[in-house]
Amino acid sequence: MKKYVSFFKMRFQVGLQYRSASIAALTTQFLWGIMEIAAYRAIYLSSGKEPPMEFSALVSYIWLKEAFLAMFNTWIATDGDIFSVIMNGDVAYELCRPISLYRMWFAKSVGGRCATAALKCVPIISVAALLPRPYRISAPESITAFCFFLLTLFLGLLVTVSFCMLVYAITLFTISPQGLRALLTGAVEFLSGAIIPFPFIPQPVRGVLEMLPFGSMQNVALRVYSGSLAGGEALRAVWLQIFWIAALVLVGRAVCRRAEQRMVVQGG
Amino acid sequence: MIIYLKTGIGFARLCEKRFGKEGIMRKGIMVYGRYVSVVLRSAMQYRLSFFLMAGGRFLIAFNGFLGIYFLFSGFHEVKGYTYGEILLCFSVMQLSFSLAECCANGFKKFSGIVRKGEFDRMLVRPVSPMLQVLGSGFDLGRLAPAVTGVIVLFVGIGNCSVDWTAARTAALFLMLLGGICLFAGLFMIEASVCFFSIENTECMNVLTYGAKEHGKYPIDIYGKGLMRFCTYVIPYTLVQYYPLQYLLGKTDRWQYAFCPFGVVPFVLLCYMLWRVGVRHYKSTGS
Repeated sequence: MKKYVSFFKMRFQVGLQYRSASIAALTTQFLWGIMEIAAYRAIYLSSGKEPPMEFSALVSYIWLKEAFLAMFNTWIATDGDIFSVIMNGDVAYELCRPISLYRMWFAKSVGGRCATAALKCVPIISVAALLPRPYRISAPESITAFCFFLLTLFLGLLVTVSFCMLVYAITLFTISPQGLRALLTGAVEFLSGAIIPFPFIPQPVRGVLEMLPFGSMQNVALRVYSGSLAGGEALRAVWLQIFWIAALVLVGRAVCRRAEQRMVVQGG
Repeated sequence: MIIYLKTGIGFARLCEKRFGKEGIMRKGIMVYGRYVSVVLRSAMQYRLSFFLMAGGRFLIAFNGFLGIYFLFSGFHEVKGYTYGEILLCFSVMQLSFSLAECCANGFKKFSGIVRKGEFDRMLVRPVSPMLQVLGSGFDLGRLAPAVTGVIVLFVGIGNCSVDWTAARTAALFLMLLGGICLFAGLFMIEASVCFFSIENTECMNVLTYGAKEHGKYPIDIYGKGLMRFCTYVIPYTLVQYYPLQYLLGKTDRWQYAFCPFGVVPFVLLCYMLWRVGVRHYKSTGS
């Protein structure tokens, strides 16, 4: 266990090195958030009906989504080094080590995501807290909600990483893995609530999306924060998150083991 | 306007002087076609990967459509625009962006080309360097979102009550054409920036990807300030908001249909920036 903790630490510290490089990325994300909120504002203002989500809750959702983008991202190469290791054949060196490939990558991935998110969430949230009213992020609903938010954020991260690990394990079987990853991760964006928050989706579809593993990624934490998800419903979501972590890890490890047995390294 | 026209004529004369009257276009098209065929053949070596990648890009674009679809199952309009009208706007932006990205992808790869010193090699060849950058970067897979664009276009046409006269159809095509030119121009700026700083050009993503993403709604819903920026700084409104007003019958001014021509001076400015960049180019020495 100790060695995997140190893999986590190592990757976390490497991630923290890119402090200055992310200013451009921060600006991009910030403008993205503003534009998204502006669009929703226009939609809310022209609608006479009661919207399914309070505007302040929606604003918090959008800012938190931007702040923790790196944690839940499956499309941009957050785990770039794992991928290049598969591509360039260096995975052979990794296999020589007396450690489990799955656990090492898991620890590295969690570390890298935490580092990037830690760098980004502080500036984004603090600027979002200083904006004028309709665009400002509100404080968490209550202290309990905030604790729940931290817990579900962590669980959501584990669901995301274990899903990505499953994808990596599958790509070990192919020669050029980018395509497969593009297809699998392309589907995730909508299913995880990154395009529109779940409350906007009408019922039968929404129920299905909430049961899927993707619904256990960022959806839970971002909605718990603003109280859009609370009480018994939130508790059930936590259990579902734990279930999906267990299931994805079990399947991922099995696939990874199979891949390790029949891996072909093509030169390097 | 006259100044721009003169610049254009001057530019054409310059071309003639350098390459002779006959053959410059033909030669260019031939070389570009050769590039495309080589790039396609190499992509087909990894056929499965190519199609999976394209499938992923299609899905990502399709997600945007799903978002609008579900959002408008609860709401019915934004500032007077109905569901079908928003879809028309969305599809035009998707289509023009992905067509521009497919052809002008070389500009996006340009920082890599400069960093690896490949641009030095391009400069010594007797073909326009821009043509080589464009040709070598051609990427058919980037067309996948255009499939979404076409599907959404038809869904949009079915869901809005536009009277499709010849003039309105022409306005739609002008929007598309203008949009392609505008995005190509933006990619050209992205490449030109690399001449002055090889640092990452992520800031440009706001203007390209951001415009594609947030341009799915007509720009006036974002308020007056952004409208001004999108008219006088980067002329997005000329290919989106103004012709759209004519297309949807929200205005009687037929002149709005011709707004997309307004991006021509913008693209010329982008081209000048590129020329200045090429003149100032210093090899990275690697």
